[in-house]
Amino acid sequence: MVKSELIQKLSEDASIPPKIAEIAVNTVFSAMTEALMRGEGIEIRGFGSFKVRHYRGRVGNHPRTGTSIEIEPKKRPFFKVGKELRERINGIAPGAIERDAEGAGDE
Amino acid sequence: MTKADLIESIYEKVGLSKKESSQIVELMFDLIRARLESGGKVKISGFGNFTIREKHVRRGRNPQTGDEIKIAARNVLTFKASPVLKKALNS
Repeated sequence: MVKSELIQKLSEDASIPPKIAEIAVNTVFSAMTEALMRGEGIEIRGFGSFKVRHYRGRVGNHPRTGTSIEIEPKKRPFFKVGKELRERINGIAPGAIERDAEGAGDE
Repeated sequence: MTKADLIESIYEKVGLSKKESSQIVELMFDLIRARLESGGKVKISGFGNFTIREKHVRRGRNPQTGDEIKIAARNVLTFKASPVLKKALNS
C-alpha cells in the first residue's frame, strides 16, 4: 500500500472527500517528521514508537580502497514495533508475506 | 508526541471537529496496521517504508550463561526511513 492508496481508503472508510483525506495523511506524517526533527520521540499506541538515534562522528575505512575517511556525526530515525502488532506480524503465514522486490524504490 | 498531538494537528489544519479528527487518526493507523497484519507492505513516500522480513531459524547464545540456544524463525516488522526523512533530521 502506498500513500495514495491509504488516502483513498481513508476517504472511503471515513466518508470524507479525497482532498481532505490527503491533507489529513500529509498533516500526520509531517507532524511526525517535525517531532523527530525536534529530537522528540513518537509513541502510537497499538502501533509502535519512533526515536532518533544519534551517531558520533568517527574515522572509518573506505570499504573498497581501505583509506581512512572521516564519517560525520548523524541522526537516524528508528522504529520499534508495539508488542501486540509484533505478535500478530509474527503469526502471519509465510505464503502471505509480500516479498521485497529487487530495486524497489523509495522516494 | 502521541496520538493526541496528531489529533490536535488535524483539528487545527484540516478544520474537522475533535471527534472527527480523532476518528481519522485512529482509522489511518488501523488501515496501516491491517495491511501489515495481512502480510503487505506500507510505503509512505517522504517518510519511509514498513515491510515484513522473514527471519530464518538460527543458533544463538544466551549472553548470560553462554548456553547455545535455538532462535526460532519469525517475522519482524521493519521500518526503513526515506532519504527525505533522513535528510530532514540532519539539516
